[in-house]
Amino acid sequence: MLLKALGKIAQTFVVLFFVSVASFGLLKLAPGDPIQIMLGSEYSQASYDSLKAELGLDQPFLVQYADWAVQFVQGDWGTSYVARAEIFTYAFKEALPVTLTLASFSLLFAILVGVPLGVLSAIKKDTIFDAGSAVLALTGTAFPSFLLGILLIWFFAVKLQLFPVMGYVSPWENFRLGIYHMILPGLTLSTYFIAMITRLTRATLIEVLDQPYIAAARARGEPNWRVVWVHGVRNIAMPLVTILGLQLGVLLQGTVLTETVFNLPGVGQMLTSAVLGREYLVVQAGVMMTATLFIGVNLLVDLSYPFLDPRLRSRK
Amino acid sequence: MTDTALQTVLSIKDMTVFRGAAKILDRVNLSLGQGETLALVGESGAGKSTIATAIMRLLDNAKITGSAELAGKGDLLALTERQMVKLRGRRLSMIFQDAGAALNPSYTVGRQLSTTLKRIQGLSRVDAWKKAIDLFTSVGINDPEGRMSAFPHQLSGGMQQRVMVAIALAGNPDLLLADEPTSALDVTIQAQIVRLILTLTRERGASCIFVLHDLALASQACDRIAVLYAGQVVESGTAHDVLECHRHPYTKQLKSCVLEIGTKDLTAPEGTVPSHAQMPSGCRFSTRCPRALPRCVDEAPPLVPARETAPGPLDHHIACWNPE
Amino acid sequence: MSIQTPEASVALPAKALASKRRSLFIRRPFFTIALIVAVGYVLAALFAPYVAPFDPVKQDFNVMMQPPTSAHLMGTDSYGQDILSRVIFGARYALIIGIFSVMIGAVGGLIIGLAAGLSGGWSEWALMRLIDAILALPSLILAVAFIAILGQGVDKVVIAVGLSMIGPFARTVRSDVMQVRIQLFIEAAQLMSISYLRVILRHILPNVIFPLAVQVTIRVSEAILVSSSLSFLGIGVTPPTPDWGLMIAEGRGFVSFAPWMSAMPGFALAFLLIALSIVGDGVREEFDPKLRRDT
Repeated sequence: MLLKALGKIAQTFVVLFFVSVASFGLLKLAPGDPIQIMLGSEYSQASYDSLKAELGLDQPFLVQYADWAVQFVQGDWGTSYVARAEIFTYAFKEALPVTLTLASFSLLFAILVGVPLGVLSAIKKDTIFDAGSAVLALTGTAFPSFLLGILLIWFFAVKLQLFPVMGYVSPWENFRLGIYHMILPGLTLSTYFIAMITRLTRATLIEVLDQPYIAAARARGEPNWRVVWVHGVRNIAMPLVTILGLQLGVLLQGTVLTETVFNLPGVGQMLTSAVLGREYLVVQAGVMMTATLFIGVNLLVDLSYPFLDPRLRSRK
Repeated sequence: MTDTALQTVLSIKDMTVFRGAAKILDRVNLSLGQGETLALVGESGAGKSTIATAIMRLLDNAKITGSAELAGKGDLLALTERQMVKLRGRRLSMIFQDAGAALNPSYTVGRQLSTTLKRIQGLSRVDAWKKAIDLFTSVGINDPEGRMSAFPHQLSGGMQQRVMVAIALAGNPDLLLADEPTSALDVTIQAQIVRLILTLTRERGASCIFVLHDLALASQACDRIAVLYAGQVVESGTAHDVLECHRHPYTKQLKSCVLEIGTKDLTAPEGTVPSHAQMPSGCRFSTRCPRALPRCVDEAPPLVPARETAPGPLDHHIACWNPE
Repeated sequence: MSIQTPEASVALPAKALASKRRSLFIRRPFFTIALIVAVGYVLAALFAPYVAPFDPVKQDFNVMMQPPTSAHLMGTDSYGQDILSRVIFGARYALIIGIFSVMIGAVGGLIIGLAAGLSGGWSEWALMRLIDAILALPSLILAVAFIAILGQGVDKVVIAVGLSMIGPFARTVRSDVMQVRIQLFIEAAQLMSISYLRVILRHILPNVIFPLAVQVTIRVSEAILVSSSLSFLGIGVTPPTPDWGLMIAEGRGFVSFAPWMSAMPGFALAFLLIALSIVGDGVREEFDPKLRRDT
């Protein structure tokens, strides 16, 4: 089992390598010649060549890549002119925590609401409740999140004046105020996942409840609530985590959009303004950071499977 | 007159089960005395498992009529679900065919047994754990303490079934239903498990219903046998009655299917069980019966005593217009 | 929670299966409604110039930010452009971008997926890692990265979104190829010395194309969502293109007193996405061989 885990980690590094090459290549593909930009409108070939050599841009691709990779790993990601800060600080220390906070908060909320809803739908299969939750789930998965965000702002912030329209306060610094600012964005982001988790929990639980060990538990006299919540729900953990792992991309996408709607200074905003401002270094750093995060979380999810499903642990 | 020698523990009268339009069980009548073992034999699809499931009231999407009286508890079919929950695991329990599938794959076997003990006997966690180890020992699991932390998939088929037996006996039930407990096991293990179940139930004075398709196994293990065909009981009585003094043509055919070491005679009954759409309204075996009369197709023969001198519920009964 | 007993199952005769297909539209009323709605959008997109009352980019500062009236059924925006016309033309852009980008993604995914599935040994492993790398970024982020290189505009959006969808398609194609590969009839064909290329064309491709087509119909809504998101973020199509995402973004600042600016295109987008989602679900349930359970 340990060998398998190591194998997976090794695979991850290879994937990261490919991603880093692509990210580096991204910069190279970007329009505009940085040397030209630096030299201005009139320059001689000689000064062009010397500047090029100075910046190390005349080296073969792999060497340039290696240089960049070493720098990147050490945390030297370059500087952003717009943000007037080191990209590393900007991206990793400031933008990323915001995104992570929003994403985890929303996901947690979605699980806490979605799983019980799904369980209830499964128990009350084919009733009005089930039909109703199915409709809500369908709408929730298809409804564009940025529109939902705007609607929520319009209704709760503007009309009812219950919540702030936009802005971010870190819950780690000021818990109450932070949560207050995160409720609308969190609700926006989690809606898709509540819908998805409800549907998934319902479908998986129905399959689980059909299994012989559920009938056997009932035959032992287990009360119905235990049969469902202790025996049944325990066995949906694995499929749920698998699918959630696959949906991490959607979570990230949603976070990016929600940040824009609510003006939260996260990775989404960073990337968008970087693209508009032609700050390719920032885009590159953002892409690389996001990919690493994504791959890392996927790896963790992969490694968690044996803990969730005892059948995957080593056989005696 | 009631049977003086034995107290009847379970008495099923005219149990009929409908699933949609299909009549899966047709007026089943069975009796079981205290401490006895009853074998329900028949082909696949005859309804044997359905009877067991119906007694436990775990049969969904089905309409059940008739009665199933458990001594001291009344008609099981008339109880509410709440009342049944109190009985299951305590007065009544069930063992399933595929023990591996009947155990929750996400919890250790020790935990599944000890939580059952905790609930049924009200023990503390520590006491339940100890009691569970004792139970494991009594069902013949070696290294019981080590096995407590095993997951079902880590155990062999025979071991899994022993765990099932342990869980089923945790509440000291009056009646144990064993639904083909050995069909998924190797032949060598089969005998062990059957012997185990019989020994343990006898020790506790409990009664047992074995659902089997193997007549030979039934003859060795059980006091009484009931032969089922397509949802109808065609013959029932003591093992001796059914095996040696059988009078129903189907029982005769079943018996001839049992291979004996040394003989080269391999006979099988002609034809197949009709589908529910084509089921005759009378005796369901009439389509394949060599002794069928015209009457048999339309009128279902009632289950009556084979000898007028022994009309008790636990005596030899047959359902045939033209018995041998 | 019941225990299955053998005599309880009933077989479905062959004749019933045929009429099952035909009665699809009656059996699934929501699917039919959703399909009609989707077709409605397509028609609106096709005949936009004839259906729209105004020129979508015609600005008229006399009627800025008017709520819905009989003259302008969906109101006007901050430039005086008629929102209804812009919404109708928006359908055209959404569907064009959606369909073309999905095509690009499907073709790219098909090539890479076939290559990954048919090769073996190291090259297969490497291609798998490559697909993992592409998939390491969610479609939107990838699309953002591509826009950074390509720039903005409708055509660039199509390419960017298309490229970002190659990953998911490649993965599905590859697993379909793997499924077919391990089936015995492939081995049998090879044993009969049928050339490998013929094996690919006659056996593998048909089994891969069909699920791919199903995937294409499902992912159109995803493509529309991603492209609208790009435009919403301001890095997609350029104004004054009547794109729903762009319109929603433009209306955002005025949401307190002119909510129709964002709401109209927003709901147009939402309804199309919901309709496509229902259609996609229905298509998947009916035609996905993996999900189909023969009762």
